[in-house]
Amino acid sequence: MKKQSLDIWVGLFVALGLLALLFLALKAGNMSAFTFEPTYQVSAKFDNIGGLKPRAPVKSAGVVVGRVAEIRFDDKSYQATVVMNFETRYQFPKDSSAKILTSGLLGEQYIGIEAGGDETMISQGGKLVQTQSAIVLENLISQFLYNKASDSAPADKK
Amino acid sequence: MNSVLNTLASLGAFVRQNLYGLGYATRMFLTIMRRSAFLLKRPRLVTDQVHFVGNYSFVIIAVSGLFVGFVLGLQGYYTLNKYGSEQALGLLVALSLTRELGPVVTALLFAGRAGTSLTAEIGLMKAGEQLSAMEMMAVDPLTRVVAPRLWAGIIAMPILAAIFSAVGIMGGYLVGVPLIGVDEGAFWAQMQAGVDVAQDIGNGVIKSMVFGVAVTFIALFQGYEAKPTPEGVARATTRTVVIASLAVLALDFLLTAVMFSS
Repeated sequence: MKKQSLDIWVGLFVALGLLALLFLALKAGNMSAFTFEPTYQVSAKFDNIGGLKPRAPVKSAGVVVGRVAEIRFDDKSYQATVVMNFETRYQFPKDSSAKILTSGLLGEQYIGIEAGGDETMISQGGKLVQTQSAIVLENLISQFLYNKASDSAPADKK
Repeated sequence: MNSVLNTLASLGAFVRQNLYGLGYATRMFLTIMRRSAFLLKRPRLVTDQVHFVGNYSFVIIAVSGLFVGFVLGLQGYYTLNKYGSEQALGLLVALSLTRELGPVVTALLFAGRAGTSLTAEIGLMKAGEQLSAMEMMAVDPLTRVVAPRLWAGIIAMPILAAIFSAVGIMGGYLVGVPLIGVDEGAFWAQMQAGVDVAQDIGNGVIKSMVFGVAVTFIALFQGYEAKPTPEGVARATTRTVVIASLAVLALDFLLTAVMFSS
């Protein structure tokens, strides 16, 4: 009888531990965001991916439709090749375009897909041709300063 | 000239002794691991010890986790508030707990709560010549006494660390959301967006397993090698806490450097 109650306590302890892990995985972690939906792979080339990371979301109209699977550097075209897993239930026209966007001012980067008008859909292993790179803040600032300088240059000459 | 030679000799003896101790401990660890298959036939030996090191440590772990969570919630809020990003409080609490504080603080408390009692128990068994008596009866004390306790520690540590992290996150939630008034949706959403199951929670579990091996083995080794006198057992218990705590902190640095560097 004593052995029995001891076993119950140990069982309770282990169950509590598993419950804690489950709580961590589901409530604190991103386990609930995992999908076991079938996916198909689509790749796209970007001039600059900024801070994009693997497992970043791929969104269309703000809804997550897939995830970034892999980021490679292509030493032929000197561009970044981004491989994305799209959920099979979402189909996109062949001429859709991909942009690297940032959620909020300092948020993480994700890929935004804008659907095109083509009749045929992208299939497994397809490529998105129209892409727009990430906005690099330093480039933006230097461009702005350059414009400012060229604006004010004639005024200085007077 | 003579004193220089003496200094050199004592340095050499120091290094040799430490190397000998390290090699001896490693051999003992490997022996225990080799003989652990016996426990599959007698799982009850391990269950009893899980009850002893795990269940009895539960209260101190849960209460400490709750208060560490409270403090993280308060301090995190004050700092994040300066940058207007108190929405990230949930992420801060969850990441600090699952990556570092959960495994490390649990291991330190475990060394104090369970490690010392293991050392004292084995040390007194040795002082009372119970271990020698077992050997006389052809019962291997390493297999029968030490191995179940080691496995119990390896099983109990990750469970305790997970409970610590979960309770701590609830503590951070209690302070952050109802008490201070951080938005509840943002608290959980930021946490879920930032905590990766494999990278953060999985690595935390691996860490706590490593700490479980280290702390339990150090405690058992100290008890097994204690001088069989009351003073020897007292010293061994002290050494357990000191060495286990230092080992946990050093291992934590190494593991963090390997796991989270990229």
